[in-house]
Amino acid sequence: MFNDKEASKIVDIIKNFARKHSLWVVAYGTGCGAIELPPTMTSRYDAERFGIRGSATPRQADVLLITGYLSVKTLKRVIRTYEQMQEPKYVIGFGSCTINGGMYWDSYNTIKALDRYLPVDVYINGCMPRPEAVISGFIKLQQLISEGKADGAKRYRENLEWYRENQRKVIKNWRMPEYNW
Amino acid sequence: MEINWSAVLGIVFTPVIAFLVGVTYGGLTRRITARIQNRFGPPFYQNILDIIKLYSKESNINHGVMQHLGPVFAITASVTTLFFIPVIKDSPVFTNFSFNGDLIFLLYIMVFGSLGMALGAGQTGNPNSAIGVSRGLSQLVGYEVPFVMALVAIMVQFQTTSLNDLLAVQDHFTKWIIFQSPFAFLAAILAFLGMMGYAPFDVVIAPAEIASGPPSEFGGKYLGLMLTSRSIFTFAKLVLFTDIFLGGAHDFITLIIKTFILYMIPVLTGIVFPRFRTEQSIRFFWSWPLFFGILAILVVVF
Ligand code: SF4
Repeated sequence: MFNDKEASKIVDIIKNFARKHSLWVVAYGTGCGAIELPPTMTSRYDAERFGIRGSATPRQADVLLITGYLSVKTLKRVIRTYEQMQEPKYVIGFGSCTINGGMYWDSYNTIKALDRYLPVDVYINGCMPRPEAVISGFIKLQQLISEGKADGAKRYRENLEWYRENQRKVIKNWRMPEYNW
Repeated sequence: MEINWSAVLGIVFTPVIAFLVGVTYGGLTRRITARIQNRFGPPFYQNILDIIKLYSKESNINHGVMQHLGPVFAITASVTTLFFIPVIKDSPVFTNFSFNGDLIFLLYIMVFGSLGMALGAGQTGNPNSAIGVSRGLSQLVGYEVPFVMALVAIMVQFQTTSLNDLLAVQDHFTKWIIFQSPFAFLAAILAFLGMMGYAPFDVVIAPAEIASGPPSEFGGKYLGLMLTSRSIFTFAKLVLFTDIFLGGAHDFITLIIKTFILYMIPVLTGIVFPRFRTEQSIRFFWSWPLFFGILAILVVVF
């Protein structure tokens, strides 16, 4: 029969297959990009055929989809949402605004690079990305998951100090509850 | 003491079969919904993948003991309900524990799962959970009344409370209770719509309204356990209705056909309807279904 290593390899393959084909998304509609999500989910582009489904609460979700620019005020909520999600969890940055600030690059009230605050697994560029681009981003995430490379949650835990420091730098009134995520 | 091996076999395999059938029906429902909405839809095994994924989550937050126990209560209730329903007619393996008087027992035990879930959801302290629980219990009061009416009518008509006796009565398809007592069937099937929780009666788990209600704080394994329990319970309810009204089944093929047809009633109604408000839903259950229930009893008595 199998030895331990082979057995755990098989279990990993099954796990990753299930994770990859069942992505429950909590779509945090921050910027203009949120308007592209309804067509992605409904009959024209039908993301459900890849097992992508909206989830109602962060506790049940696997993917945090950040659709566009993040003002400092929403960043605080996004961090709380992200920390409430259960591992393994993934973040998709959606639109140029999450990559380098996009057309809000000199705004006084938005953050510029999302991955200084949260570990991003996949970026989808474009302003705004069309549903095809969104779906291709999800396919990319699925590839990363099956290769075991989508380790955002792990990176976040290991570099928590660094992320916290960046977060505190922009969020002036840091009053977060101490909950055990 | 002699061990009845075929009964042991039944106890081991019934929940597994119930889970597989229930979960496949769930996947097919998503597929059918998608086709009706002119989409392609997920594969039929999508729900199995979802459940495997939920069980393989690495962190599982909980807010206390009751949150552990809530899903456990739910799954216990589902499996217990299943054990007291004869799945295959006259089979030594799948008769399980059905004894005389099980209809009344089933009426009690079927509510237990909802109560367990309510306790578990109460611990999480999420306001959406509390709203969901109160809605769920109100709706329970709504559809239990016509359902009990229908069952009482049948119990009086056939002078028995045993599912096995009811199965014995329906030995030919002209004698199915759906034909012998149509008003009871109408009342029960309308209550069934509420029991399954598809639209328009999905006031409890209203994702766009109260963020999926009772399970809103449940993630990972807890949610997986709840979905498992839901699949098993769906199958149990379908088999119960098949046994009572459609003459049970002698083999699995007949059982699958009958339960699938029965299952499509709430699913297809659900696809074309929007959601009721809670009080509209209760008002509905206390109008036509209750009327049919009373009619069924009157027809039997006079
Ligand atoms: S990337 Fe473009 S579309 Fe998206 S939020 Fe920024 S400005 Fe809006």
